[in-house]
Amino acid sequence: MKAIHNLIQSIKPHFEEGKLSRFWVVFDSLETFAFTPGHVTHSGAHIRDGIDLKRTMFLVIVAMVPCLLFGMWNIGHQYHLSLGQTSDLLANVLVGAWKVIPLIVVSYGVGLGIEFLFAGMRGHSINEGYLVSGMLIPLIMPVDVPLWMVALAVAFAVVVAKEVFGGTGMNILNVALTARAFLFFAYPKQLSGEIWIHDVAASKAGGMLVDGYTGATALGHLAGTVGTAADQASAATMSLFADGGMFSLSNCFLGLIPGSVGETSALACLIGAAVLIWTGIGSWRIIASFLAGGLVMGFLFNLIGANAYMTISPIHQVVMGGFMFGMVFMATDPVSAAQTNTGKLWYGFFGGLFSIMIRVFNPAYPEGVMMAILFMNVMAPLIDHYVIEANIKRREKRLTAATA
Amino acid sequence: MSKTLRIKKGVDIRLTGEPALTCGEAPRPKVVAVQPTDFPGVTPKLAVKEGAQVQAGEALFYDKTCTSVMFASPVSGTVKEVIRGAKRRILAVVVDADGSDNAKDFGAWNGGDRDALVAHLAAGGAFATMRQRPFDVLANPADTPRAIYVSGFDSAPLAADTGVVVEGRMDDLQRGIDALGMLAGPGGVHVGTRAGDNTLAGLNGCTTTAFNGPHPAGNVGVQIHHTAPINKGEVIWTMGLQDVINLGSFLRTGRYSAERVVALGGSEMNDPRHIRTVAGAKLSDLGVQANAGARVISGSVLTGTSAGAEGYLGAFATQVVALPEGHDPKFLLTEGWLSPGLNKFSMSRAYPTWLMPKSKQYTLDTNQNGEDRAFVVSGQYEAVFPFDIFPVHLVKSIMVNDIDAMEKLGIYEVAPEDFALCEFVCTSKIPVQSIVRDGLDALKVELG
Repeated sequence: MKAIHNLIQSIKPHFEEGKLSRFWVVFDSLETFAFTPGHVTHSGAHIRDGIDLKRTMFLVIVAMVPCLLFGMWNIGHQYHLSLGQTSDLLANVLVGAWKVIPLIVVSYGVGLGIEFLFAGMRGHSINEGYLVSGMLIPLIMPVDVPLWMVALAVAFAVVVAKEVFGGTGMNILNVALTARAFLFFAYPKQLSGEIWIHDVAASKAGGMLVDGYTGATALGHLAGTVGTAADQASAATMSLFADGGMFSLSNCFLGLIPGSVGETSALACLIGAAVLIWTGIGSWRIIASFLAGGLVMGFLFNLIGANAYMTISPIHQVVMGGFMFGMVFMATDPVSAAQTNTGKLWYGFFGGLFSIMIRVFNPAYPEGVMMAILFMNVMAPLIDHYVIEANIKRREKRLTAATA
Repeated sequence: MSKTLRIKKGVDIRLTGEPALTCGEAPRPKVVAVQPTDFPGVTPKLAVKEGAQVQAGEALFYDKTCTSVMFASPVSGTVKEVIRGAKRRILAVVVDADGSDNAKDFGAWNGGDRDALVAHLAAGGAFATMRQRPFDVLANPADTPRAIYVSGFDSAPLAADTGVVVEGRMDDLQRGIDALGMLAGPGGVHVGTRAGDNTLAGLNGCTTTAFNGPHPAGNVGVQIHHTAPINKGEVIWTMGLQDVINLGSFLRTGRYSAERVVALGGSEMNDPRHIRTVAGAKLSDLGVQANAGARVISGSVLTGTSAGAEGYLGAFATQVVALPEGHDPKFLLTEGWLSPGLNKFSMSRAYPTWLMPKSKQYTLDTNQNGEDRAFVVSGQYEAVFPFDIFPVHLVKSIMVNDIDAMEKLGIYEVAPEDFALCEFVCTSKIPVQSIVRDGLDALKVELG
């Protein structure tokens, strides 16, 4: 430890002034990465809580690890399924790693590069916010998305969603979701195509696919049923969702279905939720109310039952698509979520409600959770405003009661 | 039978080096300082010159606006020097004690009306420790407060024990409470006690309320909020328990008393215990022995000032704490942000220590444990802030100097000390207490 510290201290003067001083931000971030600085308190409380933003962000990444590992395996699993082959664990993970690691490298490379640039320009140290965003973005990308698109989406999200507002802590929209939304709106054709399974387009061209295999996601299949009455929906499509079908409840829950890299397994997301709630990093209020909102909407659709999509059970609805992933990792982003405890309940509830509502009502946006959370990000300050306004009213009432 | 209120929010930070429940007499201090900086809102005007002889109780300075309130010398001796800071601001008036018991005699209080009592206390220095909300500044003797609140216990880490503090001084405490009863408006005098502690049960002439729960349950602001919160336009006075005792003693004898029972604690403090001395005493004269390199704090670890071993006991301080300085950088894997952190205390459950029993004691140093950041994490302040006020939003309104929003969000009820735990738990290491102090000062200027 002492040796590393001495090494850092010996090269420090080169960065403080001289030729390398333009790289001070890089040096500073690496130094503070390795060593919590010896800053002592100088005003107010003399002792401080052991937590800092690095620890906070690190724990969020820990919570994402199950999703990441399962996602890697599932990419290989889906690939081999599409070819009708059986495969072992190692083969699956290798295919997944081959796809996911470049995504992660591009995401962190581009994102952190921009962060360094802005930090250097503004003369502040690197904030830790992108550590989480940079891992979230690969996990919500379709498997076969071209890397240049990811780079573009990351650049757009970091600059437009975050840096123009002032950096970490100042953004209105969730950065990772903004990246995804950018791709969705900028490249709708590519993103609705056959990119959910590794090499599916090539396999199709080569005639290697299993008969009848489309490579569409659960939500993609269901979006196709909207607009027809419940009883007229393709029996073939709906049978996919019955027990034993490709998108059966257990498959969806475990995540043995095509989808974005890290979103498919509800189980992995729930493990992440447990980590976040246990450590107190993620708000249980948001997670619980988001789930409740989704279940309520699913139940209401069951009652209406106007088309086949609406007849899917609420439990099945919330384990499909990105609902769970969004609930655990996106909605809980403390910067873009509501900040008051009461506000968090409303924010989460409506987030969950709209997620299911959008995916069922508007087949053009099969991934309702993305739109719902971005919408609630924008609404969060309004929710907080009303919660605070109620507090202010309560205080004014007390005053009139006291003076009356 | 007094009412018991439960305070749920907050946290008790258990530090090593708890003071023993014994009280020894400290040696008489050779040097004493009265520091105007201890009294927010006071602009001092000197009443003595350097080299002047003063008796205990004689005024050293007074406030520019409330000219009747005298700040008295705690001991008899010679004014050694007036220490000034930037723009000639007076930082301290230092008195060399002559070791005698000479004290100015203001005459024992024989009864009279409220105005006479106020004048008597103000002239004798016993009013100087009266504070008011809003603004948490020196009380204006011209006001009649709605009520006067006294917190009967200190819930801060390593705080002085009420039983030790009041031992043998209950008569003076009662006398002080009676006097406060004359000063208070319709709300009367309120004393907050710790639930289960009957030390103060015998007090008359006041409403006692027992509080059950973690720090900051002993903060007078919390006690006001949970009994009868302050509305805009109202004035509440507050006084420390020991200051009430000294006030009672002054009325009985006619001689100013600045007696203090002080808890010595902290991991770097040798022989942690209680001692009896006077406010403003030089710490090195008192037999306070801290390990070399330690930070010696006059006041609590959450709100005190770093005095140094050659510093003085603050005017309101009832404890002296010695903590290790945290100058050493912490390597990420062993002590930093990736470490197991088995000795780190955190409210967030981000370190496994939250699984330990609540009685586990920690040795915390003064390292900030992280770098300054913008607000990111939400919901942290709320968990340790037992007010029906949104702390983050109030702090933000102060940061942008929005007077209107500060008023609406309830700034009248709070003092910086009420935000001490918010500052402690903050992931982004935001200096909340100084922000709140700035906000209170700005508001006071604005309202004239």
